[in-house]
Amino acid sequence: MPAIKAIKGIGRRTINAVWHIGVATRFFLLTLTHSGSGFRRFHLIIKELFSTGVMSLIIIIVAGLFVGMVLGLQGYETLKRYGSESALGSLVALSLVRELGPVVAALLFASRAGSAMTAEIGLMKATEQISAMEMMAVNPIARIVAPRFWAGVISMPLLAALFSAVGVFGGYFVGVVQIGVDEGSFWSQMQAGVDFREDILNGVIKSFVFGIVVTVIALYEGYDAPPTAEGVSGATTRTVVTSSLAILMLDFILTAIMFRGV
Amino acid sequence: MERTTIDLWVGIFVVAGIAALGMLAMKVGNLGTYNVSESYQVHAYFSNIGGLKTKASIKSAGVLVGRVTDITLDTERYEAKVVMSLDKRYQFPKDTFANILTSGLLGEQYIGLLPGGDDQMLKSGEQLKKTQSAIVLEDMIGKFIYNKADEPAK
Amino acid sequence: MTFPKGKLVAIMGLSGCGKTTLLRHIGGVLKPTRGYIKMDGQVTSDLDQDGMYAMRRKMGMLFQFGALFTDMSVYDNVAFQMREHTDLPEELIHDLVLMKLHAVGLRGTQDLMPSELSGGMARRVALARAVALDPMLIMYDEPFAGLDPISLTLVGDLIRRLNDSLGATSIVVTHDIQESLKIVDYVYFMASGVIVAEGTPDEIRASEKDFVHQFVHGEMDGPVPFHYPGGDYRHDLNLQS
Repeated sequence: MPAIKAIKGIGRRTINAVWHIGVATRFFLLTLTHSGSGFRRFHLIIKELFSTGVMSLIIIIVAGLFVGMVLGLQGYETLKRYGSESALGSLVALSLVRELGPVVAALLFASRAGSAMTAEIGLMKATEQISAMEMMAVNPIARIVAPRFWAGVISMPLLAALFSAVGVFGGYFVGVVQIGVDEGSFWSQMQAGVDFREDILNGVIKSFVFGIVVTVIALYEGYDAPPTAEGVSGATTRTVVTSSLAILMLDFILTAIMFRGV
Repeated sequence: MERTTIDLWVGIFVVAGIAALGMLAMKVGNLGTYNVSESYQVHAYFSNIGGLKTKASIKSAGVLVGRVTDITLDTERYEAKVVMSLDKRYQFPKDTFANILTSGLLGEQYIGLLPGGDDQMLKSGEQLKKTQSAIVLEDMIGKFIYNKADEPAK
Repeated sequence: MTFPKGKLVAIMGLSGCGKTTLLRHIGGVLKPTRGYIKMDGQVTSDLDQDGMYAMRRKMGMLFQFGALFTDMSVYDNVAFQMREHTDLPEELIHDLVLMKLHAVGLRGTQDLMPSELSGGMARRVALARAVALDPMLIMYDEPFAGLDPISLTLVGDLIRRLNDSLGATSIVVTHDIQESLKIVDYVYFMASGVIVAEGTPDEIRASEKDFVHQFVHGEMDGPVPFHYPGGDYRHDLNLQS
């Protein structure tokens, strides 16, 4: 019976997914408990901040600029119909700070830094570097995973803030400099429309949560990858797919909690 | 501790990130217009607040003078109790009139303060006695139809 | 199986007969389902994580392809354990690292990255790293795999010399029979998880056992058949008999 087979397949996949979530959660907690020695070796976190944060700077800034410019253009075309071009600043800033900044920055972060993390750890595993470390009585979770985790968690909100800030300038450039929306109303409408606690802090909280989720997924996939070339490449793909989906789903949940007060 | 170029780059990254956050807070957001330390609280009762929300602005002669901090229903009077936080720089007479107004036809609702002529100034924790509730569009339309019906037919 | 102190013992067998698994058991990475491993008076499987980590500090291991940390220089690789497990001042670590690298003849490579080394050099650096803390037990997992003849002799010689100069016990897992018979004190033969033969190199060379004979002389057919078990050949080719 093909129907029964299909149902069985779905069931097996569901159980498998729940299983993975369980193991990943245990992995996350293990990372937290082994973070103490990671903070004692702070230079390791600095090194990882370089490879996750600094190396993602270019893509974040360029993407932020263009997203802001598109927002400026599209927002102007729409607002013009209602004769409220002056609200452009508030529209650009709110879209960026609440949604696009945290979400797009996290998606870019997942595909830039997350996949690199997975590949790096997967390769370390494939070439027995992780076993070697364990045989040298050094806990690989504390030495390899924890510094990367904290670097990711620290970088993500900073990258999202940079994305939003650059995006606002992109919107300003298109809206005010190119199209000619009044500069004063652009900024004042923006300040009137954007609330520090409601919008900006919630955006920062979002990107913080995304940072945790993306790094945990990336590190877990790398650590869990079969120690072969196919295993590592498959894990890298899964990191990008899983973390992108997780970001978008979590974004909906967080938005519902924060802005609707569900 | 020896210093490396990596440290420099990470430093640039962290400073730029924090600067972006600061710019968002001050220039994009309204943190720059908040003066939490220098404010005083007054409250007023309204029979209907319409669509007024917390953090709505309070204006006098069009100038922002404070924000709504809390809205509750007083179950003794069955009226809305609105707590307002006003800027210390602006003092108002005791008989100031509080109106719930709408900016534009479909805009946000805010509280407009119309100063009276009392010598005494409002103190923190005191009540604004004279209020006018929000104009609810449905009520207005209802009233209009009712009045029309009352008019003698020509 | 026993590995007496100060001796160099080889474990040989076909690919997939459980040699690497045995090393993982000794290192405590795997827990035995049956039996036990006793080292320095302690049963390893009874130790908790801290005990296991303390035990591992007395071991050194050379992995199949070196397993050098690719994100660190040669110097940092060798210094890794000294920095992690000791509070030695950096000047002392510097001297120790150079001594270890000198012992394997690679003092000049300290600033290179592992990717810049040849296979044989990487193996020697890994060897220097394995003995960084002067372990009492050194394990070698396929130390000869994929080396050219010169590097092979060099690594074999180094294993012997390091064993003698450190007074450590060494276990070499390999299937390079000629090279290992030259350097080891005692040999165990394993097949599908059990010991099938043992003896000193001379005894092994003279052994009359079919399996050992086939292995030592590299014959194609014998107790280990050339053909994987399959159905009747003629039948598989659809020939009528």
